[in-house]
Amino acid sequence: MTDWPILTMITFMPLVGALMIMLIPTDNVVAERNIKNVALFTTIITFIASLYIWVNFDNTTAGFQFVERYEWIGSFMSYHMGVDGISMLFVILSTFLMPFCILASWKSVKKDIKSYMIAFLVLESFMIGVFCALDIMLFYIFFEAGLIPMFLIIGIWGGARRVYASFKFFLYTLLGSVLMLLAIMAIYWQTNTTDIVLLLDPSRAESVIPASMQTWLWLAFFASFAVKMPMWPVHTWLPDAHVEAPTAGSVVLAAILLKMGGYGFLRFSIPMFPVASDELAMFVFVLSAIAIVYTSLVALMQEDIKKLIAYSSVAHMGYVTMGIFTMNANGIQGSLYQMLSHGLVSGALFLCVGVVYDRMHTREIAAYGGLVNRMPKYAVVFLIFTMANVGLPGTSGFVGEFLVLLGIFQVNTWIALFATSGVILSAAYALWLYRRVVFGSLDKESLKSILDLDTREKAIIYPLVVLVIFYGVYPMPVFEATEVSVNNLIVNYQAAIEAAKETAQASLKQ
Amino acid sequence: MQETLQAFSETQNIGLLGAELWLALGVLVLLMVGVFSGERSHSQVTGLSLAVIVAAGIGLFLTVERGTAMNGSFILDNFAWFMKILTLVGSGLAIIMSVNYMKREGVINFEYPILVLTATLGMMLMISANDLITLYLGLELQSLSLYVLAAINRDSVRSTEAGLKYFVLGALSSGMLLYGASLIYGFTGHTDFTGIADAMAGNERSLGLIFGLVFLMAGIAFKISAVPFHMWTPDVYEGSPSPVTAFFAAAPKIAAMSMLIRVVIQAFEPVTSDWQQIISFIAIASMALGAFAAIGQTNIKRLMAYSSIGHMGYALVGLAAGTQSGVHGVIIYMLIYMVMTVGTFACIIAMRRKDGTVEEIADLAGLGSRNPMMALMLTILMFSLAGIPPLAGFFAKYFVFVAAIEAGLYALAIIGVLASVIGSFYYLRIIKTMWFDEPADNFVPMDSELKLVLMASGIFVTFYVLIAGYVTDATSVAAASFF
Repeated sequence: MTDWPILTMITFMPLVGALMIMLIPTDNVVAERNIKNVALFTTIITFIASLYIWVNFDNTTAGFQFVERYEWIGSFMSYHMGVDGISMLFVILSTFLMPFCILASWKSVKKDIKSYMIAFLVLESFMIGVFCALDIMLFYIFFEAGLIPMFLIIGIWGGARRVYASFKFFLYTLLGSVLMLLAIMAIYWQTNTTDIVLLLDPSRAESVIPASMQTWLWLAFFASFAVKMPMWPVHTWLPDAHVEAPTAGSVVLAAILLKMGGYGFLRFSIPMFPVASDELAMFVFVLSAIAIVYTSLVALMQEDIKKLIAYSSVAHMGYVTMGIFTMNANGIQGSLYQMLSHGLVSGALFLCVGVVYDRMHTREIAAYGGLVNRMPKYAVVFLIFTMANVGLPGTSGFVGEFLVLLGIFQVNTWIALFATSGVILSAAYALWLYRRVVFGSLDKESLKSILDLDTREKAIIYPLVVLVIFYGVYPMPVFEATEVSVNNLIVNYQAAIEAAKETAQASLKQ
Repeated sequence: MQETLQAFSETQNIGLLGAELWLALGVLVLLMVGVFSGERSHSQVTGLSLAVIVAAGIGLFLTVERGTAMNGSFILDNFAWFMKILTLVGSGLAIIMSVNYMKREGVINFEYPILVLTATLGMMLMISANDLITLYLGLELQSLSLYVLAAINRDSVRSTEAGLKYFVLGALSSGMLLYGASLIYGFTGHTDFTGIADAMAGNERSLGLIFGLVFLMAGIAFKISAVPFHMWTPDVYEGSPSPVTAFFAAAPKIAAMSMLIRVVIQAFEPVTSDWQQIISFIAIASMALGAFAAIGQTNIKRLMAYSSIGHMGYALVGLAAGTQSGVHGVIIYMLIYMVMTVGTFACIIAMRRKDGTVEEIADLAGLGSRNPMMALMLTILMFSLAGIPPLAGFFAKYFVFVAAIEAGLYALAIIGVLASVIGSFYYLRIIKTMWFDEPADNFVPMDSELKLVLMASGIFVTFYVLIAGYVTDATSVAAASFF
């Protein structure tokens, strides 16, 4: 363990990169290349620095590691950073995907590349901050601040309906978040702290929130995380945002921003409001089951490739929320795994869509067909990611989904039935999409001269293929990192439920 | 003679009025300069007015003494001290921003900076008023100066109309305030705030007194342009020359809000539950109207008028809590609000093409590619006005809502945050116009003083997150004055 403020460094390194880019004048082609290089190097260095956390991470403790704490605004907020088994891998996921996002924008972004790169680097800072923050207000600030760069990314570099999509994204997310803000304030007055470590400490009597308050606070947090996740029926911003965002924007949105909702449930809703989580678990299950079945059916009917993947994201996030609220090790581990895997797979799928979009400038499924004839390499990688999206054994998508289904089967077999049918539906829409885009005869004139993956695109996509298969075959590195923290979460949760039951019985006897 | 003066100064604590006396003296001298040398002296008078404000600010800054003066009718506590500094900064910036604008528009009156000074003097008295009579004197000195300022461009129909409208409605509100004050005096027998509070303590609250309170608050609500006494705001904001509007939007609001805080927290402390209802209603109505009515605006000055109505609503949420953390929230809110407003108006004043000033939001189209620095700063200010972290506007809202939650005003807080989401829509629309739309014609380059003000406010808003701890410590001292 070192005294270096490693988390602060990782969090703010992209901001430093953004400042450097700001200082580069934009008057010639060289400057443009410099901007791209600086952005790429910043994200790569950040990724390498974040690997240091994983290497030095102690798998045997549930406590927070690499902790830094400074006074900030009296008792209202402190600057407190740290990671545990639940958050560490999200930090790595964020830093890992950013270089690919920068590379994916290498040629496709023509307009104002300087602001574009600045926006992405700022966004990366805020995303990492969300997962590292150990003060609930600090978390909120990072969580909300991410809206600003994402709004601009969708609005400035997006597609035809970008204004609509960016406003919808911003207002939906903000509406959910402000309710969470009020709940955070209520928690502050109730427990006299905003420090997550203290709030999660079961031995601190003040941190136990009375059952009467828990439901309201849980709902307020739910409003925020359910929108972010997104859960049915507040998912409608996602397809719009995905379709209109530039490729890299979609990748970040699907791979990382959506995970903040799941992370929030695990970090706040369950440990801080265990009684409410127990009572409302069924509510979450029902919403998740609807999400899985309904959005899978909706995905079947899409004519836009990105929109189809967006709906499939909503369905996959349904597994995540379901798994989290099973409150058993299988379900929660599965959810975490599903989130990480979905981060890789959906990110990769959007990158694949970006590849053909850069060539054809359309996302209509009907505009494609027979790509396998001209783009064999592309057909293979797209197939692998499609299979991972479906959850084929041997890909990372299978592990998470299977564990979640195991977990939910222990809790409620009916919900498990609906959830499992979602697997079949996902195979239906994903394979159908694949058939319409890649297979068939190449009879469209516009496609006759299409080129296969170039070196840059290979550099982006091949590492993801390796990881998707590696984590499908050998998931242990992830489970080893998360296991202790997840078990600790479950133990504390069950203890809190027992304690609440005893209090309830004691009050009944009187 | 010398001895009497000395004795007077000691018994009345004249030292506490240093800044006010200095301002008053400055006004008189500058008026003479202006009258004798006519329009030629415009630039000198402007520069000297600024110097007077800076000197008053430094004098105030160095005043460590606290207490009451003039038989208790004037008070200088940490709260008054802090709010006066804010007011002086707001007035000073308004003068700075007007320099080139007024010249270009042909409004070369040496009276302009002097009227700003008299208005500032009135505001300082309002902030320090510890007695209904001082309060009224300060308020009228301020208001009368503002009426004239609104109509300062006397060749413009819109400007004179704004001045007249402001005057008629303002006189009505002063009348209400005065009527309320007389009722309060009639039912308590006191005009000083401590006397009023003491007279109420322990007694049944009388209906007449509550009537007086309602009238008094209606009068003050007019000055901070809170709903339902906001009708004048959009017209006056739109009609007045932009630097004057910038002045209206910042300093007078701070003064009137400080006065309201002192009246309700000090004089009406025994009937807290009564005024809390009034403030809560005004706050909800202002937030809602500010959020909804601004959506349809196309003129950016009108939009800022509705925005300021909404912001006064948020500030009042803190006051409705009636606690120390509530007052603390209002102080931080006013500080941050002032910086954001002044910065935004620096942009509005700079919206000028070769053929004159423009005020439509559509004129900002594509500013991001035409003038990226101005667009970036205005974007930061808009996000901050919408209350998005990590910008300063978020912290302003945070502290008022945290106070409301502490006081158990959940409904008020929920309505407030929902209004802020709706309100964020029109700030986003300005950002959208600047960045997402196709460029319109170029503006002429910004004047350097406007650039300076804009940069300063943008930097403050962006990096407030780093200094938030220090500011919060300083303002909590100010808020502690009442408790």
